[in-house]
Amino acid sequence: MHALTLPESGHYDEMLLDSGGIRPHYRDFARWLHSQPPETLARKRAEADLMFHRVGITFAVYGDDSGAERLIPFDTVPRIIPASDWQTLEKGMRQRVTALNAFLHDIYHEQHIVKAGLIPAEQVFSNSQYQPAMQGLDLPHRIYAHITGVDVIRHSDGNFYVLEDNLRVPSGVSYMLENRKMMMRLFPELFASHAVAPVQHYPTLLLNTLRHASAVDNPTVVVMTPGHHNSAYFEHAFLAQQMGVELVEGQDLFVKNHRVYMRTTAGNKQVDVIYRRIDDAFLDPLAFRGDSMLGVPGLLSVYRAGGVILANAIGTGVADDKSIYPYVPDMIRFYLSEEPLLQNVPTWMCRRPAELDHVLNNLHELVVKEVHGAGGYGMLIGPAASKAEIEDFRQRIIADPSNYIAQPTLCLSSCPTFVESGIAPRHIDLRPFVLSGRDITMVAGGLTRVALKEGSLVVNSSQGGGTKDTWILEDQS
Amino acid sequence: MMLSRTASQLYWMSRYMERAENLARLLDVTHSLSLLPQSRGGSDITAALATTGALEACRARHPDLLAGDVMHFMTFDAANPASIVNCLKFARENAHAVRGKITGEMWESINASWLEARQMALEGRPLAGFFDWVKERSHLFRGTTYGTIQRNDAFSFIRLGTFMERADNTARLINVKSHLVGNAAEDSAADFYLWGALLRSLGAFEAYHELYRDTLSSRRVAELLILRPDVPRSLRACVDEIAELLPRIKGDTGHRAKRLAATLHAEMSYGQIDNILDDGLHTYLTQFLNQIHGLGDAIHGAYLEAA
Repeated sequence: MHALTLPESGHYDEMLLDSGGIRPHYRDFARWLHSQPPETLARKRAEADLMFHRVGITFAVYGDDSGAERLIPFDTVPRIIPASDWQTLEKGMRQRVTALNAFLHDIYHEQHIVKAGLIPAEQVFSNSQYQPAMQGLDLPHRIYAHITGVDVIRHSDGNFYVLEDNLRVPSGVSYMLENRKMMMRLFPELFASHAVAPVQHYPTLLLNTLRHASAVDNPTVVVMTPGHHNSAYFEHAFLAQQMGVELVEGQDLFVKNHRVYMRTTAGNKQVDVIYRRIDDAFLDPLAFRGDSMLGVPGLLSVYRAGGVILANAIGTGVADDKSIYPYVPDMIRFYLSEEPLLQNVPTWMCRRPAELDHVLNNLHELVVKEVHGAGGYGMLIGPAASKAEIEDFRQRIIADPSNYIAQPTLCLSSCPTFVESGIAPRHIDLRPFVLSGRDITMVAGGLTRVALKEGSLVVNSSQGGGTKDTWILEDQS
Repeated sequence: MMLSRTASQLYWMSRYMERAENLARLLDVTHSLSLLPQSRGGSDITAALATTGALEACRARHPDLLAGDVMHFMTFDAANPASIVNCLKFARENAHAVRGKITGEMWESINASWLEARQMALEGRPLAGFFDWVKERSHLFRGTTYGTIQRNDAFSFIRLGTFMERADNTARLINVKSHLVGNAAEDSAADFYLWGALLRSLGAFEAYHELYRDTLSSRRVAELLILRPDVPRSLRACVDEIAELLPRIKGDTGHRAKRLAATLHAEMSYGQIDNILDDGLHTYLTQFLNQIHGLGDAIHGAYLEAA
């Protein structure tokens, strides 16, 4: 038996009901869990740690001077989602990503949504992520975000809410794949007793999406990385290997005669599709940041002439910006004439004086985020912050209101997780990945991140978060 | 076909692994020799340092060149770019950059070597065990490479790195020992220990007795280590491998490198030890090292550098 800490009442636990009972989709797992001697599970966890370490699935932590690589803690209790919940999620994400791609095409072309008065022009065109270089450029299938990671949470009301859209270079899919591999290695018997939807074909879907992004027959696809000091380098190498394509850095590529080439041992080879895992600003030192050593001089001019495909396109950041996020439900209604299937978290925009007042008066119970912040950096969680931290943030908001948004402190659902004292509820979120090519494809799954500190709501790996395998149970009927 | 940068990282990954192994071999033998009295060839450790080109850097750090300090400098010192621990680190860094091009088992072996070496350096493990460990890790890496990787250009560049490095290291090693022995006509008792140590450091002691069934002589040791194709660490064996590997690499950018390798191969295939000794061992080895370095430059220019 395990020391099982029950969740506090008032929030949603993925496994346990308020009554203490087990939710139906977790019953088989719970039975199995209780039949396992604690020392067996402890040994399996140690085994997983060792294997991850030896395989080198680590990430570099920004701001850590020792340049240390850390393991992202892996929890062996899976996050299980029943088929019916997944159907809702999948439909909602397809709808959302379709609308976001339509929005991106629109704002770089006719700008109907601005003209219709739904989004203020300055919100779009003064946004630092808006790239004038993209104006009027026609992309195959009108796809801007070929790969999207949508962060979803389940609130205490049991419903899913979209926390943010990641349309630039979303990462984490390698953990989804490696976590599954690890679980199948450690607990094969669980996969015999559960109909878990497979995720291992993701690299094939990704390669198909990238190939379809180009009009060229049999295009040469590469993955472009900033290099092995990047925190997600493992994932870049992993995806390149799984797809069987070259992993290139900027220095491997050059522009000649309006085409992009890579330098190889057998001479120069033309590149047609670049799955770039590098931010817009570093892509081309001639067009963006001149000090970038990571990019390829002249890349933008080839891109604009249609000589190469970038995935994701340049300038997608304007659509996942936290100041644009509140408008996504309106985009869905505007472009698709549908009601949003997935809800947004209510958001106050500090740039609006009335909303700013509300935020400043309620800092102690709100989450405040920087508009361009990411990775859990630069945010305030009111209920968990000290008076001094709140006052510090207040000054920062007053100094530059349009740089901040605020949201109610959501109660992320919890999932039983191994901790020192046994098994206890810890808060989780979910990032499924949506691939947009000729069609939208998804694998049934995603990355579940877990805040390992008791009570913490910050799941980011850079802030001490861990990951879990995510099981979508297939309908047995 | 592969990226030039990838080829370069594969090549240097195996060069650093091979360098770590050769350093361990050199220091292991030097360590045992330093236990012998001077009259029996007991030499101070500076000779070993001289082969690696790190003598001046070491003197700057340890002016007295005490044996213990020098050993630490060459094995665990993170501030010495040529230390064994740093070779393992550079090998691992290159491997890290080409993770997608090597097998998981190769990466695990090379990553585990670095993690353990770093731990040993922290704990200050005894040296004798450390040298054996380095050799084993190098064997493991080579065995894993042979046993798991696809026979493609990546494999060729990995092997090329191994033999380019080994040719360089073996030549330097013979050069230093020949320098210690000098050009005396008669082999002295001290020479016996030196040549014996040299053979042992190259794992060729058994081969010598098997091939010559006679006492050690400088002429035969030189012949064995320079011209015999059947001794895997001899110069000839390295050049045989290089001359076989280069033509296998696809594409037509490497004509110069291929020509240099073929020329060197022909010279060694038809070389005579008496001619070499007439000119002087030191002269020959210096010339050989120049040729290997020229070949290394040609390989870099053709395949490994951003064109």
